[in-house]
Amino acid sequence: MLEHLINGLVLGGTYALVAMGLSLQYGIARIMNLSFGDTIIAACFATYILFSSFGINPIVALAIILPASYIVSLGVYRLMMEPLVKRAPDEGALEVDSILLTFGLLFVIQGCLLVIFGGGYISYSFMNTPVSVLGTLVSGNRLLALVLSLAIGAALVIVLYRTRWGMILRAVALAPKSAPLFGIDTDKAARMAFAIGGTMAATGGVVVSMFQTFTATTGVVFTMKALIVVILGGKGSVPGAIVAGLLLGLVETFVAAYIDPGLTLASVYTVFLLLLLVRPNGLFGKA
Amino acid sequence: MKNFLSGAMRAPRHLATCAVAALAITGSATGLAAQDREAVTIGYAISKSGPNAGGADMTVTPNYELWIEEVNAAGGLKMPDGTRLPIEAIAYDDRSSTEDVVRAIERLATQDKVDLILPPWGTGFNLAIAPLMAKFGYPHLAGAAVTDKASDFVERWESSFWFMGGSHDYVSAFTEILVAEREAGRINDKISMVSVADGFGIDLVKAARPSFEEAGFDIVYDKTFPPETSDFATIVSEASNSEADTFVAFTYPPHSFGLTKQAKVASFNPEIFYLGVGAGFPVYPNIAGGSVEGVMSLGGIDPNNELNSAYRAKHEEIIGRAPDYWGSVLIYASLQMLEQAIERVGLDKEAITAEISTGTFATVLGEETRLENNQLRAINWVGQWQDGAFVAVSPEGSEGLAAVQLPKPNWD
Amino acid sequence: MKTSIAFALAFTALALLAVAPLILPEYWTGVLLGMTGYVTLATAWALFSGPTRYVSLATVAFFGVGAYTVAVLNEVLPYPLVLLCAAGIGMIMALVVGLSTLRLAGVYFVIFTFGLAELVRQTVSWWEVNVTYTMGRYVFLPFEGHHIYWQLLALAAITFLIAWAIGRSRIGLALKALGDDETVAAHAGIDVTRIKLFLFVVSSTIITLVGAIQAPRWTYIEPSIVFNPTVSFMTLIMALLGGAMRLWGPLVGAVPLFLLFEWLSGRFPDHFSIILGALFILIVFVMPNGVLAKIDDLRKGRQS
Repeated sequence: MLEHLINGLVLGGTYALVAMGLSLQYGIARIMNLSFGDTIIAACFATYILFSSFGINPIVALAIILPASYIVSLGVYRLMMEPLVKRAPDEGALEVDSILLTFGLLFVIQGCLLVIFGGGYISYSFMNTPVSVLGTLVSGNRLLALVLSLAIGAALVIVLYRTRWGMILRAVALAPKSAPLFGIDTDKAARMAFAIGGTMAATGGVVVSMFQTFTATTGVVFTMKALIVVILGGKGSVPGAIVAGLLLGLVETFVAAYIDPGLTLASVYTVFLLLLLVRPNGLFGKA
Repeated sequence: MKNFLSGAMRAPRHLATCAVAALAITGSATGLAAQDREAVTIGYAISKSGPNAGGADMTVTPNYELWIEEVNAAGGLKMPDGTRLPIEAIAYDDRSSTEDVVRAIERLATQDKVDLILPPWGTGFNLAIAPLMAKFGYPHLAGAAVTDKASDFVERWESSFWFMGGSHDYVSAFTEILVAEREAGRINDKISMVSVADGFGIDLVKAARPSFEEAGFDIVYDKTFPPETSDFATIVSEASNSEADTFVAFTYPPHSFGLTKQAKVASFNPEIFYLGVGAGFPVYPNIAGGSVEGVMSLGGIDPNNELNSAYRAKHEEIIGRAPDYWGSVLIYASLQMLEQAIERVGLDKEAITAEISTGTFATVLGEETRLENNQLRAINWVGQWQDGAFVAVSPEGSEGLAAVQLPKPNWD
Repeated sequence: MKTSIAFALAFTALALLAVAPLILPEYWTGVLLGMTGYVTLATAWALFSGPTRYVSLATVAFFGVGAYTVAVLNEVLPYPLVLLCAAGIGMIMALVVGLSTLRLAGVYFVIFTFGLAELVRQTVSWWEVNVTYTMGRYVFLPFEGHHIYWQLLALAAITFLIAWAIGRSRIGLALKALGDDETVAAHAGIDVTRIKLFLFVVSSTIITLVGAIQAPRWTYIEPSIVFNPTVSFMTLIMALLGGAMRLWGPLVGAVPLFLLFEWLSGRFPDHFSIILGALFILIVFVMPNGVLAKIDDLRKGRQS
């Protein structure tokens, strides 16, 4: 029982880590980013190359990959998203446009990875060492994902709720139309939210690459998982993403342990669909 | 109403534009067949993108590329009259979709009019194209396809050949090993077994259940998980609690890798640790991060077979990485048989089919490789990691088998 | 009078398309087959998603269920009955899904439908593995490419007829109001929910049939093959490219895109994804409302 609880939380940590970035991008920047998972995969490949070809420890690699992904995300936003945001007459139109655009972006990223790295399975071993948590052996790299997601989540909550800059971001998330009336530069806020979201996708990618086998085309799996977590938690809500992520991890683990591993994903979707019907705005969303 | 009408008026005009575009495409693609024979065109459709790309990229595509490059480096395919014709390859991406692979085969056969067609990756994809290959009369050398129904299929599609055996073959060879180990008192009679919920995993697990039970084993944990699963903590802990000495997993590479990592973390050390696809990849020891001594899987090679070693060296030299220890060599052997059949009978498709069916060939598998009822049987059914190589240990199969070494030592 | 001309034209086009496999080489029959499949999918999709503006990604859920029904029943029942069963199952599924979800809106509906497709796929897999103990079924029906093509063509024609009839009927008028403003429509006495449900069921049944008709072409069927999410995405993109609000929009989107994919995968098998992605991005920037709207815009531009 305790063992499953711990395994579930550790698994959920990964989901939370991966989903927080999407929550920011969708909640604040209002970009429904379908290429989110492929950003994660790109970071996975970057880590793998740095590790296997240059011998750079993935933790150290964070120092290279994070700034790079911030700059790239910022560039993507400026180049592609901003014209759409400017053009969109209403939120619905922006949603459809951003879905289509990032769907294209997904293929571009995937195609580039395929051309550079081929379609093969990639996996390597790093920090795959047992760590005992209350008597349960979990792998060091998965535990790192949980710790990082909690730490980043906590940092984000502090920034969002305790600083002026965070207040601006929240204002943009809540009322994008009226925020400019108070002299808030919504464009800048959205740009930064999108870039931070991209950076967090990259963080997730670096950590995930340590334990999960990936190929150039597995990005969509991450996008889906992250999307479920974001919608469950309520868009733009960082605590929501963490709680929903951990919840999914627990559901998967308990179903695998007590019902059938064959039903883990079916149960995830069932929980998700039911919650969507009962609380369309998510656990922490405002109606 | 007016809108509808103008729409209706526009549509035929639009179709006409398409037809013109279509003709333009046709014109550019048919040029090959008309000219005098200066080359042999060989086409194939393979999953370059989508979920099947990982498997195709390991086992099939590199061997096609290697073989074509080797043949062309030697001046081309040798014809019965001694002349050589270079291979011109046409490769399409089926995007891991069966509708696309079917259309690509139609395109290769009726549009590009290629001389020969090489098969795609995967059981489902080979079955999808089998009716077309038979209809157009192409020899179908189904390589990466494990099926127990091969004997039925060769009757249904007479030009089809099956090179990877069936689930029963793999499972019964493994069961023999298990029985011997149990008689030697090294393992108990309990087995924990997991499988991935797709055609490959279920086919094997369906063959394994009766096979293990008839041999008097008790399957104490028997679960199937979805292919998208990436976390194996719970599965490993349940298997570990089951007190079985034998752990069997009919899995694909992501799961084989994930299970290995988790088994190491959880210090799960059953006497027998058997995995599906992926455990026979050369990168497997790296992925596991250390010793994988004793891990078992499908396939395996004879490390003393010089033909095989030469093939592996060539593969590394030209493709830049080593082939896997199971399917690659079988695919490559099928290509060698094709090459030699052409040398004997020329490019007539029916003659090639007849020759492959009845002839004897010198391949990487041995000097005298031949098919039985259009199926390759000289396959190593079970392999095991021993001293950094994945060697064949199955009770039957080719010569030069190593003895199975059990129980598996602890991870590091 | 005008209507009859349009019908005559459409009928001629249909007749030409029907005899095409007798003249064209096999490969082009395959292309026409795939194209007709997507034209039908996109038109059926737009039937519901166009006027309601509900972006559905559940296409492959119904498509896959249709194909799977054929795989399960093809050796038990005569083929026409199998098709009827598939249509019935699709219809019931659409009713259940429709009744429970149509109050979701916007992106929630999008994600719900995607989740639904995955849920159906996981459930079918689990059922096959644990209850029937078979993964992978064989469809040995004596159909060749052109047989399947003719069936699809007939279904496409029926779909267009339905779409046209709906557009002309009272529902069609109601739909115009609905697309413009749902609240106003509701206040004007239009039973919004019932109309949406009706459209969803019709659209989903057609999509189920497309899957059922195409299944014999693949010989071997398993969940990962028939529940391929690409089908949903392709349908969506094609309909949006042409313009989901118009009768001929999906056709105008599906035909060129399908030919383009075919050409790209033959010419640039290694760079297909990149080119496809770049095209998408271009479409979003250049013609966000679809080809037909763009053409109209250009025309207006020229006139003024």
